[in-house]
Amino acid sequence: MPRLLLLFAHPALEKSRIHKRLIRELKSIPQVTFHDLYEAYPDFNIDIATEQQLLLSHDIIAFQHPFYWYSAPAIIKQWMDLVLEHGWAYGSEGRMLEGKKALNIISSGGPRHVYAPEGRNRFTYRQFLAPFEQSVRLCKMDYLPPFVVPGTHRMEQQDLETFAALYRQALILLTAGNAPTDPGAELLNDQLTSSGILTH
Amino acid sequence: MDQQTFLTQAMIFLAAAVIMVPIAKRLGLGSVLGYLLAGIIIGPAVLGLIHNDSGDIMHAAEFGVVMMLFLIGLELEPALLWRLRKSIIGLGGLQVLLSAVIIAGISFGLGLPWQQAVALGLILSLSSTAIVLQTLQEKGLMQQPVGRHSFSVLLFQDIAVIPMLALFPLLQNLPLGDATGDEHSTLVDGLPAWLQTLVVLGSVALIIGAGRFVVRPLLRLVAKTRQREVFTATALLLVIGIAVLMMQVGLSPALGTFLAGVVLANSEYRHELESDLEPFKGLLLGLFFIAVGASINFTLVAAQPLIIGGLVLGVMAAKAVVLYLLGRSAKLSLNDRFLFAFGLSQVGEFAFVLLTFTNQHGILPQELTSLMVAVVALSMALTPLALLVHEHLLAKRLQPANASARQQDDAIDEHNQVIIAGFGHFGNTVGRFLRAHKIGLTILDNDADRVELLRRMGFKVYYGDASRHELLAAAGAESAKLIIICLEPSEKRLELIETIKKHFPNLRMLVRASNRYDAYDLMNAGMLHIYRETMDTSLRVGVDAMRFLGFRAYTAQRAASLFFKKDEANLRKLSAIRDEEEYILSAREKIEELEKLLQTDMVQNMQDIERGWDEESLIDAAHRASDATVQP
Repeated sequence: MPRLLLLFAHPALEKSRIHKRLIRELKSIPQVTFHDLYEAYPDFNIDIATEQQLLLSHDIIAFQHPFYWYSAPAIIKQWMDLVLEHGWAYGSEGRMLEGKKALNIISSGGPRHVYAPEGRNRFTYRQFLAPFEQSVRLCKMDYLPPFVVPGTHRMEQQDLETFAALYRQALILLTAGNAPTDPGAELLNDQLTSSGILTH
Repeated sequence: MDQQTFLTQAMIFLAAAVIMVPIAKRLGLGSVLGYLLAGIIIGPAVLGLIHNDSGDIMHAAEFGVVMMLFLIGLELEPALLWRLRKSIIGLGGLQVLLSAVIIAGISFGLGLPWQQAVALGLILSLSSTAIVLQTLQEKGLMQQPVGRHSFSVLLFQDIAVIPMLALFPLLQNLPLGDATGDEHSTLVDGLPAWLQTLVVLGSVALIIGAGRFVVRPLLRLVAKTRQREVFTATALLLVIGIAVLMMQVGLSPALGTFLAGVVLANSEYRHELESDLEPFKGLLLGLFFIAVGASINFTLVAAQPLIIGGLVLGVMAAKAVVLYLLGRSAKLSLNDRFLFAFGLSQVGEFAFVLLTFTNQHGILPQELTSLMVAVVALSMALTPLALLVHEHLLAKRLQPANASARQQDDAIDEHNQVIIAGFGHFGNTVGRFLRAHKIGLTILDNDADRVELLRRMGFKVYYGDASRHELLAAAGAESAKLIIICLEPSEKRLELIETIKKHFPNLRMLVRASNRYDAYDLMNAGMLHIYRETMDTSLRVGVDAMRFLGFRAYTAQRAASLFFKKDEANLRKLSAIRDEEEYILSAREKIEELEKLLQTDMVQNMQDIERGWDEESLIDAAHRASDATVQP
């Protein structure tokens, strides 16, 4: 069964509500390796060899983070800059990640409908995530649609529970080898139903 | 007593204790019974090694009780004492009153004159502070309801002795013998009653005032000399001085020292005083128990076994019934009620004093007092046995129901999560940092000036040698999560580590190391979290040096943290080698090691430039391939 590396970035997890709740689901999913980047590298001094080794031993790479400034917290960028080396991850000689899958798992303060051409944010999630998609592609991996927890600023506890269940389902399906068949879909959320089967 | 007799006697006492106490402990009988048995064995009844007129020894031994009350006072903060007031006056008062009334009533019924009956009732209502508290402490019950209630009753009794002494002369019903000359005169004897009262109150005020304003500065002064034995001498002087003062004004020395203890309970030297006086107290109390054992007149007992046996059991039963009922009204659990009743049912050491006194003042006749001395001593000897019976027969049946309630009681004391040992330059930086984040700290330090300052600043700080088990226990090492060891001398740190490993295996240790070699020692001691004190600072100097030479700040900073990581890894590697061969590095070997370090630094750090931020390979690739689309 595929193993999933969850590269987690939240600079102040103790203040988080959404991500603290989501990662509680991880305990019961053995195929997921939870890697808390801010906890591992409080000085941003990322250990490149260790990170590359981790990548090699997993099949799916997930970046989980709040959607700060339509992007990721700084350590994700630092990680990409340092770990995805030329000649290792990309370039004509760099094929170490070839064939793996990657995705973003994000939370956004604004609700989903503002992430649209006619909405307040003017662009869709996937448009904002284009740098991730292309970086993944450059490393010869497949980019999967993102899993999004939207509207967190006004989220009721009950809805958070629903999203936590959905998150759990997504991870179970991914690690069961059931990657979504439509890589072009806007969100991974849309391909999950309450019965836990991927829609097409 | 010439020196040789003195030493011989001391040898006999010590030998008896050394032989009997471990045996009694091994048999599960407790130390008190061990001492009593030792006394019986060396006394006139068995071996006859010491004489019946062991009055001197008894006096010296009674001082053990005085010292014990000082130590108890040290553990009782005034606030706690105030909280116990109801139980002291209510329980204690009722216990003395009811027991005295019942015993006096029975004595009167048996045909004694009423004055003698009242005197006997009052004397026999007292229990033995020495035996009960020693036993409760040994069983670890002092902090629990039964322990606190027992203590309250005992405290009331100790105070009650004073009015009893004042009252007894009124009960005179026999012609005065000529034995009164034995009694020592006090300073206040010739004074009118109101002045006596004034002197007594003045002495109490003096103790409280002096404890607060004189003794603390004095202790600080003495602590600064760093002469351990002078501190011990000061502690002894304090207790003996108060005892003398109290006797001069006709008060109970035990009460006076207890008061002084309470006054000093909030002081930073509390634990140091405690651990300095503890051995003296233990020895003197042991001596006291031996003297009690030796003083039992077995000839008398053998002559009237039934009368004495009946009296002992009758008195103990009467007291136990009163105590049981009081225990019930105090809402003690069934098991604790029995413990309370059995524990306090004996007659106490003050009875010896009071019996002599009543005899001298023509209240009780000589035959009756000798009889009662035997009864009192026997009741004391029976207490450990009664408690054994309770423990083995009753407690097992009654225990399970309230076992869980007990455990909750244990957790009353709240403690900080972090202990810092040593608050010098190193420790105080750590401490200030943690405190700035509102993390609760308990500090152990042995610099008297600093301790004083820190206490003024509101820190919870204890003065003393941090590597001592008792001090650690007092600081809450049992419940703390971390201890940060910042002591200055490296041997002290290792000593402390050994103590913690032995007694508090769950406490996580973060240890300061002076240098590499010190760090090796700490690793060999099994330490996982070691902080070389010069490491970070030296590297920060290195970073600044690089910056002045024109390196970018971030590059220099990353270089330093990389260097740090490699060096830590190297440290572990080299320590492992050293561990196997068990050698101490000579100066030459230190140089060789430095050379090895320098070489690895060059190789490793030069190679580890971040290639992710290095465009060279990309530029190469761009030149080689025309397909530029594969680059970010």
